[in-house]
Amino acid sequence: MSHAVELRDVSRHFGDVRAVDRVSLAIEDGEFFSMLGPSGSGKTTCLRLIGGFELPTSGEILLHGAAATDLPPYERDVNTVFQDYALFPHLSVLDNVAYGLRMKGVGRAERRQKAEAALEQVALGGFGGRHPGQLSGGQRQRVALARALVNRPRVLLLDEPLGALDLKLREQMQVELKGLQRKLGITFIYVTHDQGEALSMSDRVAVFNQGRVEQVDRPRDLYARPRTTFVAGFVGTANVLSGEAAKRIARTERAVSIRPEHIRLGAPGPGQLGVSGRVIDVQFHGPTSRYEIDADGARLAVMTANQGGDADAGRPAPGDAVELAWSPEAMIELEGTAPP
Amino acid sequence: MTGEPRADGRDGRDGRGGLRRAGDAVSTFFYRRQRLYLWLLLVPPLLWFGVVFLGALIALVWQSTYTFNDFTMQVTPDLTVANYKALLASVNLDIVIRTVAMAIAVTIACVILGFPLAYYMARYTRGTARGLFYLGVMLPMWASYIVKAYAWTMILSQGGIIYWVADHTGLRPVLDWLLTLPYVGGSSLTTSNLGRLMVFTYAWLPFMILPIQAAIERVPPKLLEASADLGARPLQTFRTVLLPLAFPGVVAGSIFTFSLTLGDYIIPQLVGPPGLYIGTMVNLQQGSVGNLPMAAAFTAVPILIIAVYLAIARRLGAFDAL
Amino acid sequence: MRSEGPANAAPPASPAPGKRAARRRRAHRPDGSPRAPWPLRIAAWCGLLFLHVPIVLLVMYAFNTEESAFSFPPKGFTLRWFAAAAARDDVVAAIKLSVKVALAATAGALVLGTLAALAMARRTFFGKDLITLTFILPIALPGIITGIALASVFRLAHVTPSFWTIAIGHTTFCVVVIYNNVVARLRRLPPSMIEAAMDLGASGLTAFRTVVLPQLATALLAGGLLAFGLSFDELIVTTFTAGSEQTLPIWLLNQLGRPRAVPVTNVVAMVVMLMTALPILAAWWLTRGTEDASGSGK
Repeated sequence: MSHAVELRDVSRHFGDVRAVDRVSLAIEDGEFFSMLGPSGSGKTTCLRLIGGFELPTSGEILLHGAAATDLPPYERDVNTVFQDYALFPHLSVLDNVAYGLRMKGVGRAERRQKAEAALEQVALGGFGGRHPGQLSGGQRQRVALARALVNRPRVLLLDEPLGALDLKLREQMQVELKGLQRKLGITFIYVTHDQGEALSMSDRVAVFNQGRVEQVDRPRDLYARPRTTFVAGFVGTANVLSGEAAKRIARTERAVSIRPEHIRLGAPGPGQLGVSGRVIDVQFHGPTSRYEIDADGARLAVMTANQGGDADAGRPAPGDAVELAWSPEAMIELEGTAPP
Repeated sequence: MTGEPRADGRDGRDGRGGLRRAGDAVSTFFYRRQRLYLWLLLVPPLLWFGVVFLGALIALVWQSTYTFNDFTMQVTPDLTVANYKALLASVNLDIVIRTVAMAIAVTIACVILGFPLAYYMARYTRGTARGLFYLGVMLPMWASYIVKAYAWTMILSQGGIIYWVADHTGLRPVLDWLLTLPYVGGSSLTTSNLGRLMVFTYAWLPFMILPIQAAIERVPPKLLEASADLGARPLQTFRTVLLPLAFPGVVAGSIFTFSLTLGDYIIPQLVGPPGLYIGTMVNLQQGSVGNLPMAAAFTAVPILIIAVYLAIARRLGAFDAL
Repeated sequence: MRSEGPANAAPPASPAPGKRAARRRRAHRPDGSPRAPWPLRIAAWCGLLFLHVPIVLLVMYAFNTEESAFSFPPKGFTLRWFAAAAARDDVVAAIKLSVKVALAATAGALVLGTLAALAMARRTFFGKDLITLTFILPIALPGIITGIALASVFRLAHVTPSFWTIAIGHTTFCVVVIYNNVVARLRRLPPSMIEAAMDLGASGLTAFRTVVLPQLATALLAGGLLAFGLSFDELIVTTFTAGSEQTLPIWLLNQLGRPRAVPVTNVVAMVVMLMTALPILAAWWLTRGTEDASGSGK
């Protein structure tokens, strides 16, 4: 059985710059697959290679088992939702959505009907007569989605589609997109730099760094068992100790990462490791508080849940001396690369 | 063919017509060969310009090295620098100096008249008013050149409006005095350099206004606010912040006034005292005299002056203000 | 605000702060935008007047009854010079030629300019600046140089001056006008739009036809109108590339030495002005909403 999308050793060079450096991925049918990384990490270029907007310098791209490396976008059964939506301003919303069907040669009545249905699906029924210029950002995003989905592609590419929306709308759209994907069963390939988004929506996540894929895993595994210092630091906050600091504080030769929520304020108990330090800053985050501690030369972040009321009154303030403790099991061993 | 998995998920049959398919095949061909596509697009215009126009320019400059036989009135392709040497003769040098002097005068006059208008437009008009002003400046620019020249011959004539206004406001003595000045005056307005200056200024004024206006528009108002915040009075802000930033626009405009005056041969013929300009000389040489090499040599002068001017202007940032 | 306090309050900083406040209020319009100081305003309007009075006079003279129409003020109002102009064969022939040349030049410039713009709008490659400079040269160089250059090329190729030589000459300097307009419009077209069209099944050619061209339409129209106006008005290059044909500007030039034909010349001058100005106006109106907020020079 073939994968929905397969990249075999794909590279894309721009002169000396290796935007994508020997990436191999296998994305399964019906998966919600995210490509996560900072800007310039190659995730968007990878997406564009899958969509056909760039030709790889080397390597192969297969769609559902068939070679697609040098197929133009209009011959791939893949549709894209662009970051800036790319709606056609000279066409009405309905004509925008029906564009793909028109290209396939579908008759006018039928494509209008299908376009209307697609708009209903994204909760924009009745908006067909308007023009893109009359819509809000969130509405345009939905039109872009409808325009792609109406063609029933087997793979949908989404290039940071929620980037331009404000927080509340973004959260709402995340839920809707995930629900849509489950219902339709289409493979979603989702590019984002927001690790929270990737973790909450995906079945699997590929973490990109400088053109390479550092780890591909399910969200939970990615968070609990990051393989490299980059992944540890990029997915969630991490306290990464390497070299001298690792030897001194964590008593280990290799680089390790400890999640802030696994460190406790207080003296170490039996079997636990500890270190003393001074509070530099306290940030209130609602359900949790984050402490910046200077411990023996290393900067550590500690996250504690807020109980509310008097129980929090005795907490340390900036300038106080504190003791930190954690269990050895909470330390994750890492390999390679510098922290982000 | 059918039965194998296809990357496009289709079975090869759809509603596209034959012509469409052919077009699609061509597109796919070029999809894989982006550079070829680029060059194919460029070939027709490049052919035209590279061969026809640039070729003509090169041919022209080349011709300036040919010999012109005064007796037989024939041009022979014997290479010589005699034409350029002749340029240095005082009579020809006079022509060059005369033209360049007028070009400078026109530029200054255009700046004096045009800068306030450009400044006002850029800083104090908004929306519809600005659009109307813009139109008001653009329209005369596009109103036919020959028509404008013609209109001015009417205005400057003895029965025309200037003399009429001078007579009726008692300024006639001033006008007469101006006409007695050397270099500036003449027997009447239409045969004076003053008149010629007015016509030139009128013709090129929009070309000076628009770049200045664009340059001033580009100055972020925040800069002027910052200057005021730091204690500068309005005049100081104008002098130390706005003027330096608007200067590239002035230079850009001056490129136009300069080059247009250097090459013009119609206005000098219509208005002003006798005395050849570079343009009229070129026209004369290539036309009735048939001495194309000499004409070509003369054209080398404005080309050279403009090239040098452009190089200086570019250094001063004028190209960004175009 | 005058401080009205007890005797031990500090005296007001200036003799009449109320007046100063009033002056500052006058210096701003009701909507808060600053008003120009009056010397500037006068200078600006003087400049504008200078630009327009000759044109107004010209129009006035076209309707003047007096035959020696240089006199000011005009004596009366009449339309008979319009009829006289229309009755003259040479005027009509000149108008026809000018229109034909302008149409041909516009068509040629549209094709060449659009091709070049499509190739160069978004790419940088070796020699791009040089090519752009080449396009600008015909319009940047003094007309006499362009004219002589083209004339010598035609002479070398043994081509006799005719309608086509005029049209070729005009096309050459009209290209840059179209090119600028189309490039400006293409720059505002996000590349993602063309990719989206291709993503939805349109080949490059189809994407161009259904997505790019409709959005270029105004730029092409505006550029075409501009080119038409430019060609119609052109004089200098035309004198070098025309044989015995007369375009309208050439006709006007020849008339300038004939005082007896003045009234008809006035009318023709006004017609030329309209035929040049109206397309330019239309082109401006078409593109006026589409300039970027930072303002543009050309």
